[in-house]
Amino acid sequence: MTLDTLLDIVLRLVALLLFITVTVLALTYLERKVLARIQQRVGPMRTGPLGLLQPIADALKLLVKEDLMPAKVDRLLFWMAPLVVFVPAFVIWVTIPFTRDLVVRNLDMGIFFIVAVSGLSSAGMVMAGLSSGNKYALLGAARAAAQLISYELPVVFAILAVVMIAGSLDLREIVLKQNVTPYIVVQPVGFLLFVMAGLAELGRTPFDIPSAESELMGGPMIEYSGMHWAMFFLAEYANTFALAALATLLYLGGWEGPVLPALLGPVGNVLWFLIKCYLVIMLIFWVRSAMPRLRVDQLLSLAWKGLLSLSFANLFLTAFYRYMGWPDVVMLVVSLALAAGALYVMARRRRATAAHPSVRLVTREELAR
Amino acid sequence: MTTDARPQSTPQTIEMMVNMGPQHPSTHGVFRMVLQVDGERVTGMESVIGYLHRGTEKLAEGEMYRQVITLFDRLDYLANFNNEHTFVMVTEKLMGVKPPERAEFIRVILLELNRIASHLMYYAAFGADTGVFGTTFMYGFRERERIQAVFEAVSGARMMHNFMRVGGVKNDLPANFDAMMGDLMPVLERGVRECDDLLTTNEIFLERTQGIGVISAADAVNLGLSGPNLRACGVPYDVRRAEPYSIYDKLDFDVPVGARGDCFDRYLVRMEEMRQSLRILKQAMKGLPAGPVMATNVPKGLRPPKGEAFVCTENPRGEFGVYVISDGKDRPYRLKIRGPSFVNLMSLPTMMRNAYIADAVVILASIDIVLGDVDR
Repeated sequence: MTLDTLLDIVLRLVALLLFITVTVLALTYLERKVLARIQQRVGPMRTGPLGLLQPIADALKLLVKEDLMPAKVDRLLFWMAPLVVFVPAFVIWVTIPFTRDLVVRNLDMGIFFIVAVSGLSSAGMVMAGLSSGNKYALLGAARAAAQLISYELPVVFAILAVVMIAGSLDLREIVLKQNVTPYIVVQPVGFLLFVMAGLAELGRTPFDIPSAESELMGGPMIEYSGMHWAMFFLAEYANTFALAALATLLYLGGWEGPVLPALLGPVGNVLWFLIKCYLVIMLIFWVRSAMPRLRVDQLLSLAWKGLLSLSFANLFLTAFYRYMGWPDVVMLVVSLALAAGALYVMARRRRATAAHPSVRLVTREELAR
Repeated sequence: MTTDARPQSTPQTIEMMVNMGPQHPSTHGVFRMVLQVDGERVTGMESVIGYLHRGTEKLAEGEMYRQVITLFDRLDYLANFNNEHTFVMVTEKLMGVKPPERAEFIRVILLELNRIASHLMYYAAFGADTGVFGTTFMYGFRERERIQAVFEAVSGARMMHNFMRVGGVKNDLPANFDAMMGDLMPVLERGVRECDDLLTTNEIFLERTQGIGVISAADAVNLGLSGPNLRACGVPYDVRRAEPYSIYDKLDFDVPVGARGDCFDRYLVRMEEMRQSLRILKQAMKGLPAGPVMATNVPKGLRPPKGEAFVCTENPRGEFGVYVISDGKDRPYRLKIRGPSFVNLMSLPTMMRNAYIADAVVILASIDIVLGDVDR
């Protein structure tokens, strides 16, 4: 290991850390603004022009805040839990390529590495809840454990389907294979599954029962403050961005796009990557603002009965299509049929509710009788 | 090997006491709920109230009748006009005073506006409790703010109006009231429609509210449930129709009645009630007669003759009743308030049988209590 290589690695990691930090700060600002606009408010406006300095104010506040450690906690676990949650969130970024050549270290089993490492943060959440010595944290940890484990499988199966089509676990390869059609066209069901199960993995609405604000006030992270809590916060946003990045790479064609690369070269590619990422992130924020949250048993039944069956079906169909060597359009048609089937089952229930309205208007004559 | 290495078939569990409140983002005021939970299931519940008790009934004994009206504003603080109206009606009953037509119409307009505002607040809080982060709050409050602007123009205050008087109302409506209402009505209609669109057909919302917190009609009647909660169980009892007061028997409106008595029906009944209130408002605005707003035979110092009277009205929360005993002096001898939220709250353990913790919050939100009414 020469000094050059060492310096190279260190510089790449520092650049990545800076990028992640800036992006996470930007995402906190963006979320508040987007949510505010949907709710007909304006969001932060006072800290700096248009509230642009708000994330810096937040970061400074968290840095100087008193970092309490209650007396009843298990000290080692309590101290370690935020690290166990944050480090995987950062480590997976090592393998995510922004363009063909812009990646810290490309692994030829990149996606496998990402899935494996991100599973570790579930353990961190549970550690946080259990070590806090607080009933609410305990409940939150139990819910978080169940949720995070249940939703790993649909995510993995959705990814497996893409890997099957691309024939490689290497993220760069997967994007290069999408130069004709992005995989969302071939795998619409897979994309939906990935985003839904990914939202649940992130612990975001409508799956945010572990940190349900109006019920259990922060769940497993309730006893954390200051920099420890900031770690959880950063990890959640870094994971959100990672989910968006993976969705872009696996389904939306990564860094390829029409006009910009011709105009600006590799910068154009990075811009396309970021644009697609941010589109997915906007979708995630939108869902957060408009959807109620699922109860924990409904959440689990959705994972095991709904998403898992759908992802099995998707995987089986993909495998079959690959085996028969059919053209892409067959996969598209079959996938859309699968999506239509799932939507039909949902619509049937809604029609049942609407057809028998449970509330009727009673007129004055009827009351007099 | 003869040792039985099989573990115990059921692991030992302890029931946990989870305390929700009094300060809690979702207990609608200072209300404490102590839940006994076994895992995620609620096995027992105890409600602790009294955090907002201000001794209204005792205070009223030391105040003149006109001053008591301000106390009533603060009871169910989301339905101020309804409270004032009931007290004013019971005093009018004692004194044998009848307010003029115009005053009655003004009262009904304000009452129904207040009903819409209260149900919008319900919508806001209910949505927030099912997990929509803040969006329902903003949607509900947008229209509510417009209604409160009208209240401010009419009475001078957004919430604690002190506007109703024995024999009429304090002053006439402002000159631009017709224009204001003409602007407001389509906005309210659109607002109710938007609120409806956001939640009512949402799959997740349906999952969270249908079949949750069911109470049978028989149980509801036995427990004294009233208002939209009772009507959601299928009992078509509305005080405005059963014992009509003011000009309600001249107005044309329907009463929404549910079927299953679950959280969803309670929510839907209130959404429909908002539409019916809009209908009443249109009729009241059209039929608003000219004339005085205060009866002429009301003396300056209110001194009802000896006697007792009871009046109940349809509050947005249920049946709000006031019982006054007068001994001929200018202060009430005894005032008893039948607060709908207090009685509705007592049905909570029945509704929470076999609920999850997450459901407990939704059920509490669905019965729409206001702590000012519970604790008085």
